[in-house]
Amino acid sequence: MSFDSGVIVDTFPKLLTGAVLTVQLVALSGLGGLALAFPIGIARSSRRPWVRALPWCYIFFFRGTPLLVQLFLVYYGLSQFSSIRHSELLWPYLRDPYWCALIAMSMNTAAYIAEILRGALQAVPRGEIEAAIAVGMSKTQILRRILVPRAVRIGLPAYSNEVILMLKGSALASTITLLELTGMARTIIAETYMPVEIFLAAGACYLAISFLMVRTFKLVENILNRHLRHAR
Amino acid sequence: MNLHGFGPQLLLGTLMTVRLALSAVSVGLVLGLLGATAKSSRHATLRLMGEGYTTIVRGIPELLMVLIVYFGSSTMIGAVLRQFGIDTYVELGPFLSGTVALGLTFGAYATEVFRGALLTVPRGQIEAAQSLGLGRWHCFHRIVLPQLWRIALPGLGNLFMVLLKDTALISVVGLDEIMRKAQIAVGDTREPFTFYGCAALIYLGLTVVTSGGLMALEHRANRGYRRARS
Repeated sequence: MSFDSGVIVDTFPKLLTGAVLTVQLVALSGLGGLALAFPIGIARSSRRPWVRALPWCYIFFFRGTPLLVQLFLVYYGLSQFSSIRHSELLWPYLRDPYWCALIAMSMNTAAYIAEILRGALQAVPRGEIEAAIAVGMSKTQILRRILVPRAVRIGLPAYSNEVILMLKGSALASTITLLELTGMARTIIAETYMPVEIFLAAGACYLAISFLMVRTFKLVENILNRHLRHAR
Repeated sequence: MNLHGFGPQLLLGTLMTVRLALSAVSVGLVLGLLGATAKSSRHATLRLMGEGYTTIVRGIPELLMVLIVYFGSSTMIGAVLRQFGIDTYVELGPFLSGTVALGLTFGAYATEVFRGALLTVPRGQIEAAQSLGLGRWHCFHRIVLPQLWRIALPGLGNLFMVLLKDTALISVVGLDEIMRKAQIAVGDTREPFTFYGCAALIYLGLTVVTSGGLMALEHRANRGYRRARS
């Protein structure tokens, strides 16, 4: 096979600018999703059915439909309503593919993170909560000092998986004209007609990014769990 | 909801999505079994190949995988055929590309599921089968596989749900499935929210039906254990 590695070297700087946008999308939507997931996940694990119902619907919708559909609903779909098109507050953001990708990805990942958080909240040992009650902590104190810090540690491995899935999901942003790694690769291919080389180079970039992310999360996990190291 | 007569088209798209998902999952299950066998093989080369397959495929976005298979396959197949002295142009259409790309992805994740399940089959049973004179294939087919299936089913079910949603990606290379039909309808009617919303509802319906089917399958796979417990 005529594999032209020269073209990879020539276009690598362009691919890298795409990779920067990819990382940016994943990092921002990861944080946005996390911020959204906390209220959703906490409400989802409520004992009252009417509090539980809304987050259940949210999670059901976002986990039951493809990210591509959600992306198109935000980017193309919302423009169907003239009230949004004429809103001076919303339209500048909803017209911009970058913001639409961020919104759709954040909302999507929030649904998955909320489920992770619910599982983690339920995995906090009952005894610790009882102990907190016995010490006289209020409900918000228990949430802030016992439940959330414990749940974060329990849920972190699953969260890192979700971030890797988001990294792969970010490739979909290329379908709404964003020039992130995949989008940039497609642009370069349109100029050079060398799909195999460029796509493989882009794939290698994704592998490198996910490797770095896995490493970072391992580091964070070690830092968060440093109190357990001595016990062992 | 006014679909402007695009309802039947969306239904046709749904049918195509289901066909693609089923053909991709059959490719993926075979690849997953092969991958798991390779990864738990005695030969280091096979283990390395299995390791490479799962690491690479799981680290690459599904969309990129679809694009690589669709745009790269003719170059790669052509290069392989030229080694054998055949000089023809082979092209995979959207459906075949989608089947291969989604099958490869499913297979990589399924490898891990199967490998975990393989470990739960007691070694003694395999030895017993060998001492009864069962060949390798019979041992796998009659002793290992039925037990593997029961353990692996929940994991495979989750993977199938992911696969079902990933079929939407094949619309990018022009397969007439739900998303593509919705895009065509949007181009004609200029009502993106209506049609993409409709597509979302169809996917929700498909996931509900699938999870029902998976529950039935799991119920069936566990039928030997239910009686024992009660």
